[in-house]
Amino acid sequence: MTKFTRRDFVKTVAAASALPLIGASAQAAEPFKVAFIFLGPVGDYGWTWAHDKGRRELEAALGGAVKTTYVENVKEDASAIPILRDLARQGNKLIFATSFGYMDQVLEVAKEFPDVKFEHCTGFKRAANVSTYNSRFHEGRAVTGTIAGKVSKSGVIGYLGSFKIPEVVMGVNAFTLAAQAVNPKIQTKLVMIDSWFDPAKETAATETLANLGCDVIATHTDSPAPLQFCQKKGIFGFGQGADMSKFAPKAHLTAIEDIWGPHYIARVKAAIAGTWKSEDFWDGIKEGAVKVSAYNAALPKEVQDAANKVIDGYKAGSYDVFTGPIYDQGGALKVKEGQKMGLGDLATIDWYVKGIQSA
Amino acid sequence: MRLLLEKRREPSRTMLVLTPVLSVIVIMVLGIIIFDGLGYDGQQAVWELFFTPVLDVYKWRDVASKAAPLILIALGLSLGNQAKIWNIGAEGQYIVGALGAAGIAFATQSMTGFWIIPLMIITGMVCGALYAGIPAVLRTRYGVSEVLSSLMFVYVSLQLLSYLITGPWKDPDGHNFPQTAQLTDAQLLPHELGDSGIPPGLLIALIATILFYVLVARTIFGFSVRAIGEAPHAARYGGFSSNGIVWATLMISGAMAGLAGVLELMQLTRLNLGYPSGYGFTAIIVSLLGRSHPVGVFIAGIVLAITYVGGQVAQTVVHVPNATAGLFQALLLFAILASDLLVRYRVRLSVSSSPAKGTRP
Repeated sequence: MTKFTRRDFVKTVAAASALPLIGASAQAAEPFKVAFIFLGPVGDYGWTWAHDKGRRELEAALGGAVKTTYVENVKEDASAIPILRDLARQGNKLIFATSFGYMDQVLEVAKEFPDVKFEHCTGFKRAANVSTYNSRFHEGRAVTGTIAGKVSKSGVIGYLGSFKIPEVVMGVNAFTLAAQAVNPKIQTKLVMIDSWFDPAKETAATETLANLGCDVIATHTDSPAPLQFCQKKGIFGFGQGADMSKFAPKAHLTAIEDIWGPHYIARVKAAIAGTWKSEDFWDGIKEGAVKVSAYNAALPKEVQDAANKVIDGYKAGSYDVFTGPIYDQGGALKVKEGQKMGLGDLATIDWYVKGIQSA
Repeated sequence: MRLLLEKRREPSRTMLVLTPVLSVIVIMVLGIIIFDGLGYDGQQAVWELFFTPVLDVYKWRDVASKAAPLILIALGLSLGNQAKIWNIGAEGQYIVGALGAAGIAFATQSMTGFWIIPLMIITGMVCGALYAGIPAVLRTRYGVSEVLSSLMFVYVSLQLLSYLITGPWKDPDGHNFPQTAQLTDAQLLPHELGDSGIPPGLLIALIATILFYVLVARTIFGFSVRAIGEAPHAARYGGFSSNGIVWATLMISGAMAGLAGVLELMQLTRLNLGYPSGYGFTAIIVSLLGRSHPVGVFIAGIVLAITYVGGQVAQTVVHVPNATAGLFQALLLFAILASDLLVRYRVRLSVSSSPAKGTRP
């Protein structure tokens, strides 16, 4: 049994109080410190895992010039503030906050530390030392929607959402529109679970969707649990954030991979070089920020070709799933024939397209 | 030779005070063992958890702002504990209190005036009290256990919060994200009192502690609460209304939870889906650790706040998972409940071979 003796305490006190001194004396040779705060655990194999992969790529690319730290499972409430503050105080010069719910907290702490740079993922508020970055995930959803439309036999597909925020609304709309483009009769059942990462709740909601007749189910939450349920049930799904095929080799048709590494590398390089500016990034398939994983070998060639056509269209700039005519749930015309929705409209979208039913 | 447990004629006062302190020490030792077993540096983890928040002046503000809501809620709960009326739904009353204040904020968006903040606070307290009144009706009218009903109304309040911030109260400039508009300057208390670093909530918690002390120890109401808890039949015979005590303790604890909710809203400046932070549940541990005594609750609130803040420190420094703070809070609850044995029983070494009267451990 380990005992915490008084001597140990004294040692610990001495060590703890010497820490700041070490920091001060070693400053000259210190690498550039970068920190990340994550919403989920790095082992979620989804959203947070993808950000952490970007962090590891950053370390690999810059080697000894950079030192990264991360804090996982940071709640989207006031408790993010002291964590951000701690990271800034510990000498991190660039801090990435990787979920929408950290927006006000980032801005508050950024005010206190004007010398520290912050980057907030999926938010919309910036400051002199706060940038925002995001991905056009909906482009990936247009690809999975195309596959779902082709694969579904029942004509009813499912969408497991987290919160009714523009990113998710955009996602289910892109998924549905793309599916309807290959099968006009497609109906999408939508369930929101008010959580990003809750394997038990995700499984229960997937079961609900399956019971409603959905035979292909896309997820906009972060764990592989829904896919595992699909595998058991003999229906199909997609990986979210990362390739999840090893969790459900039969059910996993493909996945939308979030590729953050290049952004992290570019921004840290800019910060070291002193060229970092407050900017807003919104990259997609073309820039390599959104990637579609290898297709399931069982997927027919014709389906793969249809999916590839969408990918190539985005790369060439010739395809956009949000091209009119687009009708809302009530049947009202929202986007006229031939017109496209701008990113500005998409960023605040709060209506669902025709064919989506909230389950 | 054997260990014997003998029932004490009266609960031990020494043990009543000593066991919470012992519990904290026991879980520190347990923590070191657990973290070492998991492959972390156990000593450093426990150090960061319990001592860094106390020794690092910079962390005091965080401890104070976590302690304030815990103390406020736990003061209310401890009143019910003494009458053996268990309000498990403080989290819901906390949310509904914040919703009430947010409603006032919504209505006074374009106004200024010194009266707005007091109005928000009073509304929040009234809303919290009324929300706690539902389990009170169910208990006094229909005999429904307040333990179950108050807990279930937490989930109702979560749905209400979600409905309001995704619907009628959604921030029109919020890019359709589920959150309310930010409170205006006229609706916010300062972050700290002057330059003291003390959040206003802690001062309010201190005042409330004194008021509760007076209420419990110096008033007939306080006496009747204790009487109902300790000897319900005698108390009823003595003319105290047990239904009246159910109503009073539930509504007072609801009002306190509502007050904590309003103050937290003013810290956060807006409501979003991340708002419910579990203070209402943690406060149950605070009230038990503080032995339902106002001064004890104040100290226990600070101890639990330290585990929150220390959990964050340990997470960034030792990289233990963030569930750490919750783990310690749960251990603490176990330790304190288990140590109740020492309050009511005396442990004695016996040399005689025949089992004496008493329970074998």
